[in-house]
Order: sequence, then structure tokens, then C-alpha cells
Amino acid sequence: MLTVAVKADIALRMRGVTKRFGPITAVNGLDLDVPAGTCVGLLGPNGAGKSTTMKMLTAQAIADEGELEVLGYRLPGESKQARAECGVVPQLDNLDVTLTVEQNLRVFAWLYRLGRHERGPAVERALEIANLVHRRSTRVDELSGGMRRRLLIARALVHRPRLVLLDEPTVGLDPQVRQELWALIDGLRSEGTSILMSTHYIEEAERLADTVTIMSEGKAVVTGRPQELVAEHAGSEVLEVYGPPDRLAEVEQTAVAGGLRTRRTGTSVAVVGIEDANGFAHEGARRPATLEDVFVLLTGEDIE
Amino acid sequence: MTVGTVTRRLHRLERPALAGVLYREIVNFGTYWRSATFSSTVEPTIYLLAFGFGFGSLVSRVGGYDYVEFVGTGTVATAVLFSSVFPGMFSTFVKHRFQRTYDAILAAPVDTEELVTAEALWIALRAGVYGCAPLLVAIAFGLDPRPQMIAVPFIGFVAGYGWAGFGITVAATMKSIDNFSYVISAVITPLFLVAGTFFPITGLPEWAQHLAQLNPLYHTVQLVRHAAFGFEVGADLVHWAALLTFGVAMWRLSVWRMTRRLVL
Repeated sequence: MLTVAVKADIALRMRGVTKRFGPITAVNGLDLDVPAGTCVGLLGPNGAGKSTTMKMLTAQAIADEGELEVLGYRLPGESKQARAECGVVPQLDNLDVTLTVEQNLRVFAWLYRLGRHERGPAVERALEIANLVHRRSTRVDELSGGMRRRLLIARALVHRPRLVLLDEPTVGLDPQVRQELWALIDGLRSEGTSILMSTHYIEEAERLADTVTIMSEGKAVVTGRPQELVAEHAGSEVLEVYGPPDRLAEVEQTAVAGGLRTRRTGTSVAVVGIEDANGFAHEGARRPATLEDVFVLLTGEDIE
Repeated sequence: MTVGTVTRRLHRLERPALAGVLYREIVNFGTYWRSATFSSTVEPTIYLLAFGFGFGSLVSRVGGYDYVEFVGTGTVATAVLFSSVFPGMFSTFVKHRFQRTYDAILAAPVDTEELVTAEALWIALRAGVYGCAPLLVAIAFGLDPRPQMIAVPFIGFVAGYGWAGFGITVAATMKSIDNFSYVISAVITPLFLVAGTFFPITGLPEWAQHLAQLNPLYHTVQLVRHAAFGFEVGADLVHWAALLTFGVAMWRLSVWRMTRRLVL
């Protein structure tokens, strides 16, 4: 077997990638880079093409067009080599529920081809990373949702991958567990592991990602550092105006007439880039612009 | 920047990938072996007792053998069939659709061909072992043990591999588990009719006897019977060839169907 050193500044590169399912184009000419040692957030509403993108990166979906390269391997031809050095945390739990925590990790130590003497230490390390040492003998169907999620992450790390693909890693979890997982993911990033994380939680992307790509309808709408995207697309301040529907409509009309952009946020209208508006007639609560403002402005879609 | 040193080339049907999938099956088997063993051995044994002693009281000898011995050897084939085709169908469908186990495995350096091959190997291994249960019962009820019977687990393994492939193909093709009823009623059950399991096929119409040549269950029955009562080299070569052809055909078909199902 030939062993070579792969030189790469880019852990993952996609160029013009398109995937169709019959008449539906799930991913449409996507360009995406994950520089080595960084965390890239793939942000988009449901149906934006995030999960299909993740599936293409593990060759569970084959692109119709475009080029995919993971850790220097061309996909789909060299997908197996790439997967040997990637860890995947799926959106939906696919653990072996009748096995214990330790058995689940040991199975994947085998599947990731760790040597006989490497498996034990690798399992111990993964248990420690996920803070599941005390639960090693617990069956998965007796774990809480948060523990199962931590185990999924531990399973993806058992072979010390160079790139980790996280598909909606905290979906459906309560805030405390989510923050616990964020700390875990942040720790990975600090160690230099490259991460591609799809999410539709804005806060998650803001906190963890070095750069964010916002997807909509299968395309990358914009890419950049979260704060730069906010500054470029939403300015620094937003005015939230609350009131009955008639008033909100009036605020929208006034803002648009003054060259400002607005978005509905449930019971209010957010007027974006208000710091540049002189003498805007309506009163409201000022707050800093956020990535969520950018997201909704660019995708035009509501998010969770 | 040098990211790392990596192994550049991975091939098809690699032993570590097969071993990984098999290891997962073995570990899981530790959690359900009692129920699986119970259903795979008790059911054919009940068939053996019911037919052997039920019909056996009416029919003493068939095809030159005691009826209980005739049925005992035939029941080995049904044990192999049941313990391979049903796990192939149901377990595969559940793992693929409900537990998403295959998504997890395919995220590791394992491809569909390795996954399906290892799954079928594991099922075949179990079928080879479970197939011996009715034989042991038949021996307990008077069938003379012979050294050639050592071939029975191998016959069960080869036949079981084919049936596992058939089951996996069904699981990969059907959209709902309810549709399995069509396969069980229209394909698997009629196979008994032309297999010579409970009665010799010589009593069937000529067209049915010809049809039996296409039935892998018939070839399994014949091989097991010859292992118990004496091999017939020429005929048995044909039976082995039929079973091996069935195994290879079902293996390739199941890999193809499952790849179509799992890789979008």
C-alpha cells in the first residue's frame, strides 16, 4: 500500500457542485472551502441543501456536477480514503441502542481500522472527551438525549480525524446541553481539527464558526467571518419597532422609502442599518445587528 | 502546510472493512442471541416433530428412507432458509430504514459492497450453525450419524449466503416492510412445494419437477440428504454448482440493489 504525505491548506474544497433529485435541484453550483484547522459554519434554513452537501462529502450522495476534494482526496473516487480520516456526526441518532457506550465506540474503532493495541486507548480517549467515562457500561437506550449526542461526537473522534463533519450537532437539544456540546466542539477547534458544521441555529454558527457560509436554495449566498458579514449586510444597529399590524406596515413603508431594509421578526419590524438613517420617524428599541438579521435578509426565509 | 501522512489507496472488499462490520454484528448478537437461536432452532424442530411423527405414523418410508429421517434432513434446509432469508429481509430493512445503522457504517471507510458482503457472511455463518439443529434432533430420534454429515454446516453456509443475499435484495427493493408479505407468500412459501422437504418431488407433475431444478432449496435438501445417506458425486456436483451460482448471483444483486438504495 502506498503511503504519501498530503500537503493541503484546504481541508475541504467544493467547486460548482450540483446535486439533483429528479426535478429538484438540492444543491446548485455550490462553492465551499474549509481551510485546515478552522471551523466553517454552513448556515441555512430547512431545505437549503445542507444535509445533501454533507451526504456528498461522505459519498452517500454523488454529485451530478462539480468537483469535491476532502483532505486532498478527490470524491467520489477516493471517498473511502477520505472517510478514513474524517469523523461524521449525523443529524439523526444512529447509535446501536442495545449496546453500551463503550461497545459503540469499540465497534467504530474497528470500523475505522485502528490496530488491536490502539483500540483500547482510543476508546478511553473518546470517553474522556465526551465526559462519558462513568457511563461506559450504560446501554445507549438508557442515556439522556444530551449524552447520546455526546456519544455521537465521541464516536466520530475515536480515530482522531483531521476533519469533522457535524450535521446539525445540537438540533433538538435543550440550551444547557447545547452549551455543553459547544464547549466540546470549541475544544476540537482549539486543537486544530478542521470542522464543517451545518446548522440552522444562528447562535451556534456565531459562537463556533471562524467563517460562515449562508446557503439558500442549494446555493452559497454569502461567505465570510460572522462579524464581517454583519457589518457588511446589516450595519451596526437595528431598530426593533413593536406594535399592531397597521403600525408595523407603516414602519416598513417609511423605512423602504428612506432606503432602509426591514425584516419581520414575529411581533415587530426590524429596521436594519438604522445608524445611517437621519431622522427616522418611528420610535423603537435599538440593538446591535446580528447574524440572524443577515441570514433573514439574504435568504428571505424564517428560521428557527 | 503538511496536514498529515495518509494511506493513499484503499481497495475493494478489504479485510479490515469486512472485519469491522462483522465485529459489529457479533457484538450486537451478544444482545439477542437467545431469541434468535430460539426461533431459528425451535421452529424447524417443531416442523420435524410434527411432520416426522404426525405424518410418520401414516407413512413409514419415503424414497427408501424412514419418514422421520427423510423429514429430518429436509428440515435442515428449511432451518437454513428461515435463518437466512428473514434476517436478510427484516434485519436489513430495520437497520437501513429505522435505525440508520448503514448511514453510520458508510460514514466510516466501508463501502456498500463490503457492508453487504459482511452482512451476508454473518447471516450465512449463523444459518450454517442453525441448520445443524434439526439434524441433531433427527439423530436423537434415530438418524444414524455419519462422518459425511460434517458437510452440513458448509451446505448451510453456502445456501444461507444466497438466501441472505436474496433477503437483502428484497429489503433494498421494497419501500415498506408490509410489502414483504408478497415475497413471503408468492416466492418463499411456494418454494417448499418443489423442494422435496416434506415429500419427494417425484410425486409432482413433470413441470414441477423441472421447476425444482431452479429452486435453491431443492438443491440444499438434496445435498443435506446425501450427506446423511451417502453422496452421489455426479448429482452432488450439480447441486453444489447450483448453490454456488445462486450465492454469487444473489451477492451481486444485493450489492447492486443496496448501493442504489444507500447512495443517492
